[in-house]
Amino acid sequence: MTWHPVASSADLTYRTTYHAQILGRELVAWRADDDAVNLWENRCLHRGSRLTLGINDGAELMCRYHGWRYANRTASCTYIPAHPADAPARSVCNRTYPVAERYGLVWGSVEPQDSGQAGPPAVDLLEAGALTPLRPIVVNAPPSKVADALAGYRFQPSAAVTQRPAAEADWRSYRSPEGGWDVATVERDDLRIILRATDGDDETHVVLWVQPVDAHRSVIRGVLDARPPDGSRLAVLRHHNHLLSRLRDRVEDQAALEPMPEPIQVEIAPVSVELSGMPELGAGRRAPLRVRVARKWSVAADVAGFELESIDSPLPGFQAGAHIDVHLPNGLVRQYSLTNGPGESGCYRIGVKLEPESGGGSVCLHETVREGDVLAISEPRNNFTLSRASERTVLLAGGIGITPLLSMAQTLRQSGLAFEMHVFVRDRRFLPFDELVSSLGDAVVEHLGLSPQQTATEIERILGEHTLSAQMYVCGPAPMIEATTRIADELGWPEESVHFEYFANPTEIDDSTAFDVALARSGLTLRVEPAQTVLEALRAHDIDMPSSCEQGACGTCLASVLEGDILHQDVYLSRSERAAGDRMLTCVSRATSDRLVLDL
Amino acid sequence: MAIAASPCTDPVVLNMWHPISAAAEIKPGRVHTTRLLGDSVSYTLDGDGQPVAWRTDPALRPGMPVDAARITERLPVIDRFCFVWTSYGDPPDRLFSIPEFDESDRRTFAAASIGVHTSAPRAVENFLDMGHFPYVHTGILGVEPHTEVVEYDVDITEDNEVLATRCLFYQPLAALAATKGQMTEYTYRVPHPYVAMLYKTAPPDPSRLDAIAIFVQAVTEEQIVAHNFLCMVDHTNTDSELKIFQQKIFGQDKPIIENQMPRRLPLAPRAETPIRADKSSITYRRWLSDLGITYGVIPEAA
Repeated sequence: MTWHPVASSADLTYRTTYHAQILGRELVAWRADDDAVNLWENRCLHRGSRLTLGINDGAELMCRYHGWRYANRTASCTYIPAHPADAPARSVCNRTYPVAERYGLVWGSVEPQDSGQAGPPAVDLLEAGALTPLRPIVVNAPPSKVADALAGYRFQPSAAVTQRPAAEADWRSYRSPEGGWDVATVERDDLRIILRATDGDDETHVVLWVQPVDAHRSVIRGVLDARPPDGSRLAVLRHHNHLLSRLRDRVEDQAALEPMPEPIQVEIAPVSVELSGMPELGAGRRAPLRVRVARKWSVAADVAGFELESIDSPLPGFQAGAHIDVHLPNGLVRQYSLTNGPGESGCYRIGVKLEPESGGGSVCLHETVREGDVLAISEPRNNFTLSRASERTVLLAGGIGITPLLSMAQTLRQSGLAFEMHVFVRDRRFLPFDELVSSLGDAVVEHLGLSPQQTATEIERILGEHTLSAQMYVCGPAPMIEATTRIADELGWPEESVHFEYFANPTEIDDSTAFDVALARSGLTLRVEPAQTVLEALRAHDIDMPSSCEQGACGTCLASVLEGDILHQDVYLSRSERAAGDRMLTCVSRATSDRLVLDL
Repeated sequence: MAIAASPCTDPVVLNMWHPISAAAEIKPGRVHTTRLLGDSVSYTLDGDGQPVAWRTDPALRPGMPVDAARITERLPVIDRFCFVWTSYGDPPDRLFSIPEFDESDRRTFAAASIGVHTSAPRAVENFLDMGHFPYVHTGILGVEPHTEVVEYDVDITEDNEVLATRCLFYQPLAALAATKGQMTEYTYRVPHPYVAMLYKTAPPDPSRLDAIAIFVQAVTEEQIVAHNFLCMVDHTNTDSELKIFQQKIFGQDKPIIENQMPRRLPLAPRAETPIRADKSSITYRRWLSDLGITYGVIPEAA
């Protein structure tokens, strides 16, 4: 694997792009705010625009033509502004090249990365540090001719440059003065030349590389092995600049006598077949609303708050406990509860906990989505409704499960209804929206750092005996919800007074069966095959069915069942609702009989 | 660079009409010379004001007086839509039609002829594209966060033109006569491989459509002159104001399309990554393939 210098490290300042080139291949080099250096094909995958025209915002490089954004390090496309709702559920990734920084230069290779080599071959002379990179010199001549000329490069040791300066006339004519300028070739390796100049006790090494820009164009990049004596840096740099410029003129004059080689034709790798066709129109979950991320801020350790504003028509109203589907730029769809209080209709607010181990929804929101981006979202839906006809209301929140309960708490307070809110978190740093929580005053009790067993004991104490019309609402991790519903049952809380909302369905879904689904109202009978859901079968026959989480947690795709035995696999229905056997969640539940009749 | 400056051998392109000059810019009885398809072509107006075009004769240098009657080896020529068109081959009897051109209250004129270092199809494709409005024509034809390109229809018409309809885009200042942001509906039309037109609501009279076109003169495969043509309902702004608006818009496009690589339009589906917003360009590329165009494009490998 051959490494070539493509830039001086100093060329890659923050928030800029740099046009690099190796053997005819155009590259964009850019430094992210975390100091990672990126070296990519200088083309947007969409329409071939040079990315050097783009905007380096410190974390991503945005194409100037259509605003596509590519992530630091991976070069994967994170945002396509033309389709906030219809993100390609496929990975669009620009081509990256091996890159390294060494000796004050940025290095790249247009050959495939081979694992053994993280950078250019070491030059022992330069390992001591205190290096001085020279000004690069562009030469319109073939790289091998430039390297040949550099083998005869003659210069003064740095210390001699100011102490015993050569006459300007000698520089111009590129002649060495009597007695000095003793330059020896230490090493010549194709496009790398190491020279040593000595003058009495003074000695300076220069390492020169020829960057092969194209068949007919080169850049001389050099590094001195030591820092010039104090006060002489500029003089030394000028010394080399003069001499190398003279050398360039000679090489270019010579090269002009011969025909220039043709530019190297580079192949641009085709995009994958999946990316080359036009993506199908998104089907299934609808996202009719377009919102702009008006604000993104940290609301707790690992939790980001997002304030979403409509970009055109006013946002639809919502009830406490409602959630929205957020369609992410990476093609995923995720559900988040609104934390808004009553009457806060100008925007939607959600809290997103970073879960690096999960499917990538929270990572996308945390790392990719930023203020100003447009997202497609569903209208708010509420499957976790708040009853206000209650003398006692208990809200139990586990961690990020606080979000729907915050909306409920503000609603209850606004209506002047009493409630107790108990928040269970590891420690206060993990308490989301702590300012909002504080504003609820004495109604909130924080429980910090409890073990699962201690949490269960505490919940038992909080709930106590069921009193007339008391209602409880719990949202948090699945084990907490399971423990709470069990405790409530043991304490004699009737099922209809226990309300819960899971973030996710922990059930392992069995989708191995096949069965028929008859639709009573449509008069259709569909076959549901193994690995297909009832919901998918309905949609395949153009039967419209709303859905949201599509994993049996939110309750949006509920259907009434008229006949047949149901294999419930959701975490939405209560025990008695399941036992009644008259409804099912079409996204995960199936039939144990050969046939189901749905009221559709 | 390997710019293909050798004369065009694509028979389809040789037999097409090509714009070479705004009619109003030709001085009668003087030699004008331009480059078209890698060759040199000269033209003038005869005593009756009719255009005459011929393959450049080195003896007749630009600016020299010429008696058009003495030019015997003539190229086909027409004066249509404010421009003079010619062909090296056997062009169709008629140019495509622009019915609005004949409406008596329209203002029709050549707005600007601008040299661009790209291929004719790249310029046409850019003209059909709405997704770049918020990024390239910021604050005029588009603005963030109104970046979405909603689903639209594209067809090939009975006249074998590409036609995109129901193209809706939010525009802060869609035309000079517009005063506030609005959803603007566009219709796009490609009536000729190197010509793109758009129709959009004329702000003074929403029942009518302004028509704007670029007629692209392919100087070489990778060098063009984009001739801007306006056919407007606007009666408030002066010609000069409308021209400056059009030049400003095109001036924003020029550096962008000059930095698209490769310059020739790749017709192989795997050359670039389309999204749904690119429906019209996908159709245009297929249509060019079907027409057998090879000049200014990188044909799909057979």
